[in-house]
Amino acid sequence: MAKDETLLETLQRRGISRRSFLKFCASTASLMALPPAMIPAVARALEQARRPSVIWLSFQECTGCTESLTRSHSPTVEGLIFDAISLDYHHTLQAASGDAAEAARHAAMEENFGSYLLVVDGSIPTANPGYSTIAGISNHDMLLETAKGAAAIISVGTCAAFGGIPHASPNPTGAVAVSELITDKPIINVSGCPPIPVVISGVLTHFLTFGTLPALDELGRPRAFFGQSIHDRCYRRPFYDKGLFAETFDDEGAKKGWCLYKLGCKGPTTFNACATAKWNNGTSFPIQSGHPCLGCSEPDFWDSGGFYKPLSTPTRDIGATLIYGAAAGAAAGVALGALNQARKRSAVKAHQPVSVDDLEKGGSQ
Amino acid sequence: MTETEFLMWVRGPAFQVATLVFVVGVIVRLLEILLLGRKANLAEARGSAMAGGLRTLLTRMWPDRGTLQRSTFTVVTGYVFHIGLFVTIFLFAPHILLIRDVFGVGWAALPTAIIDATTVVTIITLLAVLVYRLRDPVQRFLSGFQDYFVWLVTILPLVTGYLAFHRIGLSPPMLLATHILSVELLMVAFPFTKLMHAFTLFMARWYNGAIAGYRGVRS
Repeated sequence: MAKDETLLETLQRRGISRRSFLKFCASTASLMALPPAMIPAVARALEQARRPSVIWLSFQECTGCTESLTRSHSPTVEGLIFDAISLDYHHTLQAASGDAAEAARHAAMEENFGSYLLVVDGSIPTANPGYSTIAGISNHDMLLETAKGAAAIISVGTCAAFGGIPHASPNPTGAVAVSELITDKPIINVSGCPPIPVVISGVLTHFLTFGTLPALDELGRPRAFFGQSIHDRCYRRPFYDKGLFAETFDDEGAKKGWCLYKLGCKGPTTFNACATAKWNNGTSFPIQSGHPCLGCSEPDFWDSGGFYKPLSTPTRDIGATLIYGAAAGAAAGVALGALNQARKRSAVKAHQPVSVDDLEKGGSQ
Repeated sequence: MTETEFLMWVRGPAFQVATLVFVVGVIVRLLEILLLGRKANLAEARGSAMAGGLRTLLTRMWPDRGTLQRSTFTVVTGYVFHIGLFVTIFLFAPHILLIRDVFGVGWAALPTAIIDATTVVTIITLLAVLVYRLRDPVQRFLSGFQDYFVWLVTILPLVTGYLAFHRIGLSPPMLLATHILSVELLMVAFPFTKLMHAFTLFMARWYNGAIAGYRGVRS
């Protein structure tokens, strides 16, 4: 694949028809909430887009994000858009290894300084640089070095975006998100464990079309995909509104596909496109297959009070608090009662009857 | 502190502290009243104190005609917002889940559309009650800071709950956290304000009836 080949040429060479290409442009535009008038602009920009250089760094991660993006679909236009970027460094996918791999990274950085996209998956350990290294370079140093010439950084997955599972309490490696180390570059967080492939291709399409990053929410996530909660777009929402819930994983409610709120669904506080874009080519998503949402695209989802605990329940043992509270209250109440009784008794004892004579005596003084 | 951390704090330590203050406070105040004791009544009983007490407990659940005619607004709005509070607190599915999580017992919930409508009616009624309190010269004269404070901590969970359910204004985690926090405020204020009437009401009602019953008269 020649470096200066446009995306349209790449797609044509791959046998993608203009019809499917335009369909992709239309669906991407609508997914990103762009007006229909923008579809030709998206198509034009993509047709002429030169393959941007992308450097992909994998730090403390499980490779789930890469798996999600590369293996979730058999060839689709999204997959080809992904192919159509020039992925110059990705130590899981590239053939080169050792010094040759690092040389490829340095070459890409020098050649495209200031214009390459940096994709990061995985969190960065800060407690000890030795906890995660690539070619003897600590994650921390590699990130700082590679970020210098990047036009923008895409943090793929919850680990890179918010620290994710390595960041979970007690966070033994001192794991942090990319945004905690890099503050002078535009960062887009594509969270999820793993994130939805179409979100990545959507962000890339936006970048290729407009040369900018899409509108982001307060957590740095593209609004077009993370603007609505799972709960608001969930097909099981009518059951929530009717008060029809699955109580266990195998009761009648579960079989009838009722709401999973009582089984700990985090849909109401989770923002992602799972309920609309879905997974495996739009086949299904966790709730559709009968499991509550874990809230994986939110910060600290691992420490959010238990996957199977309903959102409205307290995270601590309130039963024990009640018992201890009642005991303490009873003790304090009895003590206070005794004190009041004693005060009453001493008041009675101190009471001196006053006669008319006493009063007259008092008056004459 | 991220939004998730804030929600976790509200659902965790903050709720625990609020529960502790609520439980200790309510029990201390109840014991303080009960342990005060009463002087032995030396008069001969002309009727049953217990029967009189129990009868009054029931008869005062419903207003007598005179009171209803004199204070129609107060009586009607009083019933509406108390029933509204009961329905929204105890018959909304997420609330029942909390109760079941703590006490191990639960019951059937009402559909959210009914809870939603009840919430709106309760909020409107509470607003009407406040307006009435401010406009009526006698009520305004009798009202102090605590009356307005108690009104505020009662309406806040309703308003924040309504906003959280409809997702208005803030992000859902923040809305949920704000709602739970407003309930925690109510729980902390509860034992030390007039809100204690929820616990002392029936005690006091029984006592009134018992005095009358002992004397052999109807209360």
